[in-house]
Amino acid sequence: MTETLLKVNDLKKWFPVRTGFVKSLVGGEKLFVRAVDGISFDVNAREIYGLAGESGSGKTTTGRLILRLIEPTAGRVYYKDKDITKLTPKEFKPYRRKMQIIFQDPYESLNPRMTIGTIVSEPLHVQKICKNEREVEERVATALEEVQLTPPEEFVFRYPHEVSGGQRQRIAIARALVLKPDFMVADEPVSMLDVSIRAEVLNLMVDLVEKHNVSFLYVTHDLALARHLCNRIAIMYLGKIVERGFTEDIIYEPLHPYTRALMAAVPVPDPESKRAEVVIKGEIPSPINPPSGCRFHTRCPQYIGDICRLTEPKLAHVGKDRYVACHLYSEKA
Amino acid sequence: MPTLRVDDLKTYYKIQRGFVKAVDGVSFDVEKGQALGLVGESGCGKTTIATSLLRVLPSNGMIVGGRILFRDVDIVRLTEAELKEDIRWKGISLVFQGAMNAMNPVIKVSDQIVEAIQIHEPNVEKREAFERAEKLFQLVGVDPSRLDHYSHEFSGGMRQRAMIAMALACNPDIMIADEPSTALDVIVQAQVLQLLRQLKERLNLSLIIISHDLSIIAETCEKAAIMYGGKIAERGDIFAIFKNPLHPYTQGLLGAFPGVRAAKTRLVSIPGTPPDLLNAPVGCKFTERCKFAMPICQNVDPQLIEVEKDHYVACHLHNKT
Repeated sequence: MTETLLKVNDLKKWFPVRTGFVKSLVGGEKLFVRAVDGISFDVNAREIYGLAGESGSGKTTTGRLILRLIEPTAGRVYYKDKDITKLTPKEFKPYRRKMQIIFQDPYESLNPRMTIGTIVSEPLHVQKICKNEREVEERVATALEEVQLTPPEEFVFRYPHEVSGGQRQRIAIARALVLKPDFMVADEPVSMLDVSIRAEVLNLMVDLVEKHNVSFLYVTHDLALARHLCNRIAIMYLGKIVERGFTEDIIYEPLHPYTRALMAAVPVPDPESKRAEVVIKGEIPSPINPPSGCRFHTRCPQYIGDICRLTEPKLAHVGKDRYVACHLYSEKA
Repeated sequence: MPTLRVDDLKTYYKIQRGFVKAVDGVSFDVEKGQALGLVGESGCGKTTIATSLLRVLPSNGMIVGGRILFRDVDIVRLTEAELKEDIRWKGISLVFQGAMNAMNPVIKVSDQIVEAIQIHEPNVEKREAFERAEKLFQLVGVDPSRLDHYSHEFSGGMRQRAMIAMALACNPDIMIADEPSTALDVIVQAQVLQLLRQLKERLNLSLIIISHDLSIIAETCEKAAIMYGGKIAERGDIFAIFKNPLHPYTQGLLGAFPGVRAAKTRLVSIPGTPPDLLNAPVGCKFTERCKFAMPICQNVDPQLIEVEKDHYVACHLHNKT
């Protein structure tokens, strides 16, 4: 029996669009960027759950909403069956220990004026969980060992600029890990790293799942990497989940026309394979006034008529833990 | 005779502590109507090759040796005036890295393209240059009515197309594309790569595509050169490189790169970090990270040798002589 660690239910984030002063006096319709517009999924314990999509699809916003780094407009997030969206900051603080984040760019997310030791120990001080400095040092050393920055005493007094990009990202992981969380959001953790050192960070994530029962929400635009890491995945388009299920099923048999297009567009490191075909034209529309009905209908190669333009498809259950939001499939269901 | 022949090119940057050997003895050919992929990690000298070919290096950079043969002349020896007259944009053009920021945000896109044409071909009237810009936009698949917009009104993919249109403005023989699809979304990336393939065929254009992403090279190029620490580690036909990689670095890169439909395996990273090109090691630059390193590797720099037809590798493992 797999245990559900995190449950996201109909989560929404609408950012208001800033209008000019005169316009605000005149009034009229208030505009919103619907960055995340009603998404639901759940993450099991000991699982790497992938959230994939193009830029502007709302995947990073989702990661931050779950940790309440930004407040959701509507919807619920349950951590071990406890609704954490309505907690006050003080009530939420203990949960922050359990839920951590690794940011995209290790060149920006580490304070250049702090030593690595200070960076990794800061969460311990903020959370006040150690009785004395000795305990802090021990936990920092363990965390650094955990991410294979060994021996730790060689790293604690150095500054981030003295180490490589891959090591920086491992410091960021150590900083999250030092609180012994059981859920981490990894927001494109390797997109800024060189190819040859990406694998070390990704393999580290896999090890953490196996050794420390940590679950990850892995936010990415790279389907090839998602496929190698995640057991389940959700594909986002313009703030909605269009398809979700087991990664293998989605990679080998994408159902939603958008997922199909996405899969066809992924370049393959093999000159013999068929060159990527571009089946859809144009780019992702603005999330301020997203297309009516199915948000993909403006670019969809399998447009089936007015229903796509007028009615928004629901995420329909089409197979084992497999959901698709497309009228092509909801008809049959 | 290939369209472009680079022979033992050396480009160094002078900094306070000495010389950074960014490109250190690189040779390759580019054939008419073919695409060459330059692959490597950040800091391996890919972009320096591009800026050397056009001689647009930063003020502390200099070409200290080698030849760049293009249309029977050596670009290294040309004067600034000759470069402007014959080479830049008319012979070789460059699509700069980061299409998002490569255009001037306060000048209309049409004026930027007209400017590029008029600088290199002073005889062309403004009207004529504008008409040419319209044709170029059609060629790269952007509605010509968008010419009168500013670059911030364009989406990422359209900006990249506009940059490509600008690079083609003076009908060059060779176009260099520096990381043409980084920062673009998967679908837009596929569209841009498709455009590059079409242009290559339709205009019989030679391309040099610079990327850190092996799969992009596999999708677009006929030949590839794998760079490491300012040198070419392995070069040859794209099939030879991908099917029979010989250099341990190439093997490592391919192992670190997952294919979306390939078997699900644990990814393999290459331990260590790229060498400091200011104090580069004497022997093979890859020695420290190489699992096959032998005593000879630390002392002798391996030469690029032909191991099979059109497949060159610089590694002592394959030096049978």
